[in-house]
Amino acid sequence: MTWDQGLHKATTVLAGEQGTRELTYLEAIRAALRYEMQRDQRVLVMGEDIGVYGGAFKVTQGLIEEFGEDRVIDTPMTELAMIYAAIGMSFEGFLPVVEMQFADFISTGFDAIVQFAATNYFRWRQPVPITIRAPGGGGLRAGPFHSQSNEAWFVHTPGLKVVAPATPADAYGLLLSAIRDPNPVIYYETKYLYRSLKGMVPEGEALTPIGQAAVRRSGEELSIIAYGAMVQEALSAANELERAGHSIEVLDLRTLKPLDEAAILATARKTGKVLIVHEANRTCGVGAEVAALIAEQAFEYLDGPITRLAAPDTPVPYSPPLEDAYRPNAAKILAAARELLAY
Amino acid sequence: MNEIDDELLQQAHYWMRLTRALDDRGTFLHKQSKIVGGYFSQIGHEALSVAAALSLGPKDIIAPMHRDLGAYLVRGLTPRRILAQWLGRETGVTRGRDANLHGMGDLSLGIIGFISHLPASTGVITGVAHGIKLKGEPRVAMCFFGDGSASQGLAHEAMNWASVFKLPMVIICENNQYAYSTPLSRQMAIEHIAQRAAGYNMPGVIVDGNDFAAVYHATKEAVERARSGGGPTFIECKTMRMRGHAIHDNMAYVPKELLAEWEARDPIARIEAELRARGLLDDAKLAALLARIEAELDEAQAFAEASPYPDPATLTDGVYA
Repeated sequence: MTWDQGLHKATTVLAGEQGTRELTYLEAIRAALRYEMQRDQRVLVMGEDIGVYGGAFKVTQGLIEEFGEDRVIDTPMTELAMIYAAIGMSFEGFLPVVEMQFADFISTGFDAIVQFAATNYFRWRQPVPITIRAPGGGGLRAGPFHSQSNEAWFVHTPGLKVVAPATPADAYGLLLSAIRDPNPVIYYETKYLYRSLKGMVPEGEALTPIGQAAVRRSGEELSIIAYGAMVQEALSAANELERAGHSIEVLDLRTLKPLDEAAILATARKTGKVLIVHEANRTCGVGAEVAALIAEQAFEYLDGPITRLAAPDTPVPYSPPLEDAYRPNAAKILAAARELLAY
Repeated sequence: MNEIDDELLQQAHYWMRLTRALDDRGTFLHKQSKIVGGYFSQIGHEALSVAAALSLGPKDIIAPMHRDLGAYLVRGLTPRRILAQWLGRETGVTRGRDANLHGMGDLSLGIIGFISHLPASTGVITGVAHGIKLKGEPRVAMCFFGDGSASQGLAHEAMNWASVFKLPMVIICENNQYAYSTPLSRQMAIEHIAQRAAGYNMPGVIVDGNDFAAVYHATKEAVERARSGGGPTFIECKTMRMRGHAIHDNMAYVPKELLAEWEARDPIARIEAELRARGLLDDAKLAALLARIEAELDEAQAFAEASPYPDPATLTDGVYA
């Protein structure tokens, strides 16, 4: 079994949402690409092995047959030239969606993103409407260079937007919004959820607005703020705590830049206890910014220390016992939440 | 230069003289502390930047760099907007957001604004050319970079991409012998940067970058090849950076003999010799042209100096489209 088939023994099915079809997280991404490409001739996708082969994870499978090789472009192995090319194509009126085979490889395209794309509108008022898909996150025993959660690099950069969907519906809706946004958007999709998470996904114009978090579960005693793969883990922990009589709120950030400050402050003020969870390394991670925001603007509502649960400051290890120790999960969230509840 | 007609030669002369005069004006304004930060002279590059830009049509796209003042002018960026940019005014191309020639993009003029990471232009122009090809339009994209940029991976990645997709693209490499203080011999182990073109299976052309006609013919041919579906061309223009990397740099590291050698090949002296030989220029005509250019720049400078600085209250505006 390889990582593109997933290591998951079971698939979580989200129920109760209004929708017309049940899709995996991965299928929702593909559905969004197809929908946008059918809707708008300017949209094209490019990346390594994404056309004829259908992509390392098969996200783009079938697109080259439907849209042809001009709009589904198999590129040489160069993330840097690829992202620069996307910028240039956008100047010709295209809306390119670039696939990084793994989020880890986005570092080779770093200059194009943070130096050129991020600054261009500020400098000479020419928008750069490109979308970069970055399959990130661990839990798949893929080692240090196929497991990274490096979104904080871009959250620190003015001019970029960064999104991180946690559900199939948002995987679909945020990709639609990213493609239509006039700014460069980094779209962090979670490999762990590709085939392990299914949910109802509306058809058509079901955009998830960039910059809006979602309360996944309402509660009174403690807020867990998470994004990406950690949202499902947080919900599992919250359900467990509910059985023990606790009332837990779970806020899914959905967009990491710009942060939905109002939603973060609202949940902090409501419960007074905040546990922030992410898969990325702890130091200067997104959680640090969320914690600082709450400390600055909701201090008087707090009834316990703002707490972060994140990966330690190490590279992502390969061996299962090490990766399990590295990566936050429902059990670790449960332990951290219990400690904070008891404060 | 016999194949260049009189009218084109006179046009080129005007642009080259305007370029040098504007450049001298920039140096002067920097000495007066009216231009702050860095100032990058392009003296020595007039022939190649003007010739390359004149070889293009109005709908083509260029990505020039900081030694290509002539290309900006030919494309229609006015001395008013350029001086206002240098003086950090709201009426400058980047409204005070970017410095000196950086970021002076305006797609309505077919100009892409560069960043300090100069090879970036090769990557961006690759995408522009790719977009042009997808649209099937008879247009061409041209980028400029230098001997220093040639050592960066992106330049290779972009040229490789351009050739794989056979894009309508012209790559102008301005080999001006030095990248800041680093001489060519420390930059590469080959004699001609254009030798690398063979590695991308594209034509590699070497021209005297201080000879307007030579550059014009080479770029014109490359532009026509690109326009007719023949793919990209790499043109190495041999030239010399006649000033320091930026105004603070006295370039003590450049041998005086080398500078003297290139001084004798000054691009403006050469085009003026040709004009005089054709009976198109004499001392009186040259004096009149220079006076007209100075008046044009006086007016542009007055406009720039009368323009407001950007309002600090607008600092955080326009980070996002």
